[in-house]
Amino acid sequence: MANENSTLQTQDVEKQEVEVAEGTERTRPGRAYVPRADIYETEEALVLLADMPGVDQNTLDITLEKNVLSIRGLVETQNPDNYNLAYAEYEVGDYERNFTLSDGIDTDNISASLKNGVLQINLPKAGPAKARKINVSAA
Amino acid sequence: MFRRPFHLYRSQNPWREIDRMQREMGRLFDEFAYTPRSRMAPSFPAINVWTNEDGAVVTAELPGVNPEDIDISVVGETLKLTGSRRPEELEEGAKYHRRERGFGNFTRTFQLPFTVEADNVEAVFDKGVLHISLPRAEAEKPRKIAVKAA
Repeated sequence: MANENSTLQTQDVEKQEVEVAEGTERTRPGRAYVPRADIYETEEALVLLADMPGVDQNTLDITLEKNVLSIRGLVETQNPDNYNLAYAEYEVGDYERNFTLSDGIDTDNISASLKNGVLQINLPKAGPAKARKINVSAA
Repeated sequence: MFRRPFHLYRSQNPWREIDRMQREMGRLFDEFAYTPRSRMAPSFPAINVWTNEDGAVVTAELPGVNPEDIDISVVGETLKLTGSRRPEELEEGAKYHRRERGFGNFTRTFQLPFTVEADNVEAVFDKGVLHISLPRAEAEKPRKIAVKAA
């Protein structure tokens, strides 16, 4: 485990832009970023955490198609009224990221929550696959 | 960052391969072109500053930070932002597969172009984004001076 008193570095948190496939363009104006994610495994589940500041329940879209879990968060830019941007170190944009799940996930019971701009997705493990005995019949 | 290494590209046509490498290099250099911006922001969190004649609004993205762990202090023209992002508390036996989110303490100090009315500073933390509004001290606000005809 890393030291709890360590200092946060920019490279640990800096936003990384989504690479758009060649020849395609985004349909929404602005940039899209890859949210930074942690994935850890407990006895019952895989837990995915993703930093998505500015995203709420209404603008977050999680889909599971086949084995691909897609996270998409739209961020409405909230510029303060009557103010001019004087100095900028970060840009506001949407978030997009896909994860491929392994077969051992109970896809019917995936749950997600948002807190302080962090998305948490619980991916419960499927019960142990029952070993099937295959009878070999004598010819 | 999550690009496949070169040797995984196996194409039959060597010219296509060279073409692809050239594009890959171009992309690498494009990435270098972005570094000055990140050098401008050597520490966490990155901030944006909005101003008008009545004051300023400072915003910062602090996902996963508890509002209680954010400390804002204003003295004169100086704004100090400190806090910490705590590591996730895992249950016993849990192990990481992937770890990209950083944690730890942070401190940033900013010099504003005016004296702040410290009593009226307001901070709102919503969806992981911090908004601090810093009104300018009344005595310092720009004043319109009427010109009298002689």
